Amino acid sequence: MTETPSLIVRYVARRAVPFIQLYALYVLGHGEDGPGGGFQGGVIFASSFVLMGLVYGWGRGREDCPERVADVIAPAGCLLYAGIGAVCLLLGGAFLQYEAFVGVDADHHAKHHAHHFGLIGIELGVMLTVTASMVTLFFEMARPDDEEVADGVAEEVDAEGEDADA
Amino acid sequence: MEVLILAVLVGLAIAAVRVRDLLTATAILGAYSLMMALLWCTMNALDVGFTEAAVGAGISTVLMLAAIGRIGRREGGPSRMPLLRLPLLSMRQRVERAEELEEGQGRAGAWGAVLVCALVGGLLLYGTADMPRVGRQDSPANRKDDPATPANEASISQRYLDESPHDVGPNNVVTSVLGDYRGYDTMGETCVIFTAALCVLMLLRQAMPRTGGRRRRDGDA
Repeated sequence: MTETPSLIVRYVARRAVPFIQLYALYVLGHGEDGPGGGFQGGVIFASSFVLMGLVYGWGRGREDCPERVADVIAPAGCLLYAGIGAVCLLLGGAFLQYEAFVGVDADHHAKHHAHHFGLIGIELGVMLTVTASMVTLFFEMARPDDEEVADGVAEEVDAEGEDADA
Repeated sequence: MEVLILAVLVGLAIAAVRVRDLLTATAILGAYSLMMALLWCTMNALDVGFTEAAVGAGISTVLMLAAIGRIGRREGGPSRMPLLRLPLLSMRQRVERAEELEEGQGRAGAWGAVLVCALVGGLLLYGTADMPRVGRQDSPANRKDDPATPANEASISQRYLDESPHDVGPNNVVTSVLGDYRGYDTMGETCVIFTAALCVLMLLRQAMPRTGGRRRRDGDA
């Protein structure tokens, strides 16, 4: 991670990131009809940040997903999941009984919609937590030591100069 | 096909253990995970295979690479970075002490390890002898007269396959089970992931107080 990779690697990595993230969202949304879901989508989404960190160096990669943001998103995903369960409780159902959204007397069609939205909601919660946790795990483990932080600063300067060129 | 994949798996596992270079071992483990993903796919467990490919071959390989960047790529050799942080230093010292201890004990320790491996492996093999073959009709999950199933009802797995489109909706039964029938378990799993990240944060971020101010500025930027 200390030496900067070649121009080709950097170019491809940067262009690949939006496609990786789009694919992660597809995996999240398509989990009901095919393989996939929040966990897989979250891991793929996190891998885009890891790619940036690997190619552009620690400091530049961390800028895309600052610690403060990741630290808030990880528990927020858990809370979203549990919150949906709690809302079901408040609406008179059991914990995570999504049918409570439309009431137990609703027709079959409405109940299906309730299940649908409940599932999407909890999958989104899972994805948020997994993404933030994986990003945190990678960047904390790859955190450079002091001497390398100095290298990282130089790299950051390089990266900024390159941004200006681009 | 499965036999071929299993043979490659065994070969990769042996290679991963024998190689002294941790970087090579990590690459081999990544290939191992990819083979496992293929194996799940041959069993029609696409969700599991997908997860294995993304987590096992993808993220955990990268995480191991990051860890190797900290501890050096030589197994038991001198570290690439002589000055490590306090918790890592103590961990390193512990490893060294264990190695010294092992050298002192010599062959006895190695034979003990072989004995433990043989014992545990034998127990596992003994346990799998009772498992039903994959997809057998009379396995407990597929049997109609299973004690867990009420009389005159389909088997457990058939019940989920039949009723889940009506009960829950999604075409993917795995999603129905994970998110709806067993939603509480999935919530626990999510919290486990979060807890893992939290533990790494507590261990590694607080160990470096001097970079704290710098990092905060990064967060603001």
